[in-house]
Amino acid sequence: MFRLSDDTIDAATLTRGLAHTRAGACVAFEGWVRDHNDGRRVLRLDYQAYTALAQTQGERILAEAREKFAILDACCVHRVGALAIGDLAVWVGVSAAHRGAAFDACRYIIDAVKSRVPIWKNEHYADGESGWLHP
Amino acid sequence: MKYRLLYFASLRDRAGVDSETVESFAADARNLYAELRARHGFAMDADCLRVAINGEFAAWDRALADGDEIVFIPPVSGG
Repeated sequence: MFRLSDDTIDAATLTRGLAHTRAGACVAFEGWVRDHNDGRRVLRLDYQAYTALAQTQGERILAEAREKFAILDACCVHRVGALAIGDLAVWVGVSAAHRGAAFDACRYIIDAVKSRVPIWKNEHYADGESGWLHP
Repeated sequence: MKYRLLYFASLRDRAGVDSETVESFAADARNLYAELRARHGFAMDADCLRVAINGEFAAWDRALADGDEIVFIPPVSGG
């Protein structure tokens, strides 16, 4: 399941959703909002998404992960809207029979989400400036 | 032809609107971007962007149809 959320991500509930009697491993990645970037102090940030395309791209990435790796289930939730330092911005979880596939698929999903899903981050800095990141 | 444009991130800030409908003779997204770049003063070159047509990534030279929804996608920064 891929989903955008304008509310707090509940990692514990999402983890339970990956449960499977054949699963021997569960790997999760949490992306948090940090207080600095590129040498600047960050106070807060906003995420904006092109919802329709983000949804189809996110679902496609999870389908690719299921094809490439021996996993049982995969899930990714990404926040949109205003976030504070320390907030959970993105959560990826994968369950598998063995840890190797779970680690590999989790890494694949977060890397693909960061490079392909149309979501943008606007950082608000301590000096009063703000800027969209277009790496 | 009439096209529906959605703007995001720095393009939205620059255009000052999150969407607009434009009347244009541009037959593909590359020419449409050039036209809108001149109108809104977008800083980014088309080579820095991707384009989505009707909710799917598309080639810049794909022929546009009347009523298409077109989104220029700046480099993304989720995660």
